[in-house]
Amino acid sequence: MYNLIGAGLIVIGAGIGLGQIGGKAMEGIARQPEATGKIQTAMIIIAALLEGLAFGALFLGK
Amino acid sequence: METLLNDFSPGLFVVSTILLLALIALMIKFAWKPILNSLEERESGINNALEAADNARKEMQNLQSDNEQLVKEAREERDAMLKEAREIKEKMISEAKEEAKGVATTLIENAQASIEQEKQAALAEIKKSVADLSIGIAESVIKRELASKEDQLQLVEGILKEVTLN
Amino acid sequence: MKIAQKSIQFLTIVVIALFSISAYAVAADKNQDSQPNGGQVNTKKEVEEYILHHIKDSHDFSLFSYTNDAGERKHLGFPLPVILWSSEGLVTFMSSEFHHNDDGHVIVEKEGLKFAKIHSKIYELESDAATVVFDDTHHATNAHKVLDFSITKSAFGLLLIGLLMLLWFSKLARQYKTRKVPTGFGRILEPLVLYVRDEIARPNIGEQHYRRFTGYLLTVFFFIWILNLAGLTPLGFNVTGQLAVTACLAIFTLVIYTVSGTKGYWMHMIWMPGVPVLIRPVLAIIELAGALVIKPFSLLVRLFANISAGHIVVMSLIAIMFTLKESLGVVGATGLSLLLSFFITLIEVLVAFLQAYIFTMLSALFIGMAVDDHEHH
Repeated sequence: MYNLIGAGLIVIGAGIGLGQIGGKAMEGIARQPEATGKIQTAMIIIAALLEGLAFGALFLGK
Repeated sequence: METLLNDFSPGLFVVSTILLLALIALMIKFAWKPILNSLEERESGINNALEAADNARKEMQNLQSDNEQLVKEAREERDAMLKEAREIKEKMISEAKEEAKGVATTLIENAQASIEQEKQAALAEIKKSVADLSIGIAESVIKRELASKEDQLQLVEGILKEVTLN
Repeated sequence: MKIAQKSIQFLTIVVIALFSISAYAVAADKNQDSQPNGGQVNTKKEVEEYILHHIKDSHDFSLFSYTNDAGERKHLGFPLPVILWSSEGLVTFMSSEFHHNDDGHVIVEKEGLKFAKIHSKIYELESDAATVVFDDTHHATNAHKVLDFSITKSAFGLLLIGLLMLLWFSKLARQYKTRKVPTGFGRILEPLVLYVRDEIARPNIGEQHYRRFTGYLLTVFFFIWILNLAGLTPLGFNVTGQLAVTACLAIFTLVIYTVSGTKGYWMHMIWMPGVPVLIRPVLAIIELAGALVIKPFSLLVRLFANISAGHIVVMSLIAIMFTLKESLGVVGATGLSLLLSFFITLIEVLVAFLQAYIFTMLSALFIGMAVDDHEHH
């Protein structure tokens, strides 16, 4: 039960984080469309790191 | 975490390590090395070809600019020659003028000198004729000498009146 | 097209070989009583169990199973060799001896030892035990796990895809000997190779060092990608969703960037310059934990979790067919299930590439950090 609550909290946090990453990347692309490639790469890397963190936490709790 | 560790199979880990090591080694030896080498070779070939084309274009440009340079030089040379010729002409003219002027002045000088000479000569002749005249007068005076003293004086004075020096 | 034809031939041969073996393997399940409904999947609980079972590794390769007119449960597939390191040494037999039983009822006796398979794990029974005894929490009390070096479904898939990769790329390599530009299937592979080299290896590792690591990165990229895609086919591989396999890949990356780390990299990790001396040990602990534990752990868990989650989602959506049959009717449930699973499979195709890309990208990034010369300090 507590595991599930913890998992929910992790997913909420990761969701907020992913939203921030994605939103800011979009803003960046809108400001500088010529830097799209670089921004996308950085975005994917950071999202991947966040994802790793979230999955790690999920599995520690499982 | 427990279920995670429970799912982990050490046997499969060993098997997949062996298989993956073999796969990586074989792939590097038989696939990636030759592929990457020939890709790099091809890329450097393309780069070389591009560079060669670039060089050729530059050379063409150089040639063209050389041509232009040549034409320009020739034109300049022609201009220089024309200019020189003009200068020479002017110089010749001015030299001729100078010379003519010089000749004229020497001629004038010569003429003046000869005029002077003539003048001197004329003067000397006049002096000579004065002396001759004086001698003549003196002769006639001496010839008439003895008539009278007054006559003598009259004569001299008459002669002298006649003769105006210069 | 030659390469494609060759690999199609190769696959055809493999498939024919599989089915010729499977002809022997089609066997009636003797343990009807141990599996209610003869192994059919209908209820929510059964669906859940089936999915969890699929996510795990298995000791035989089964494509599908059905109940014939006589009411016998038939499995179409073929057995794989089981190789165990038991208390008496190496023991090998074919997995068909378990008769598709997965709850420890079938006991195989080999060289005086008794083995039982419980939830895809093989247990060795104690010498005096005749059957497996379970306690309240369904743990076997008189049996213990053995080291299992079997060619399981995952190991088999790994071998198959490895061979396929070798075939494709060595063919591509041989093409370059005679021509500058590859033909046929090589035309698809070449830009992918270039992509990994120019977009992943070169910018992240740096112009100076990337050549040494490109081979590893290429292997890992194509390995993960092809296996991810193979997991979406009805063959039902879940190789990149096995912790053992992803751990193996992550440890390779760990070993590579640990071994090739420069002096500057270690200096920055152990004794960070430009920071008060008192803070340095604390930073060293954080940095070492990050480099040696967190980085590989995040690599292995990300790949495992993404692929497993993808399989679970796809199979759950397919299971809508059974679970919502009553409320939506057969046609509605099937239609909904097909629609949803079609779109989620499309997303999974994207995820298959993305996970391969991210694993390779992060590996390249970590290696790049380790081999960076730190000249700017």
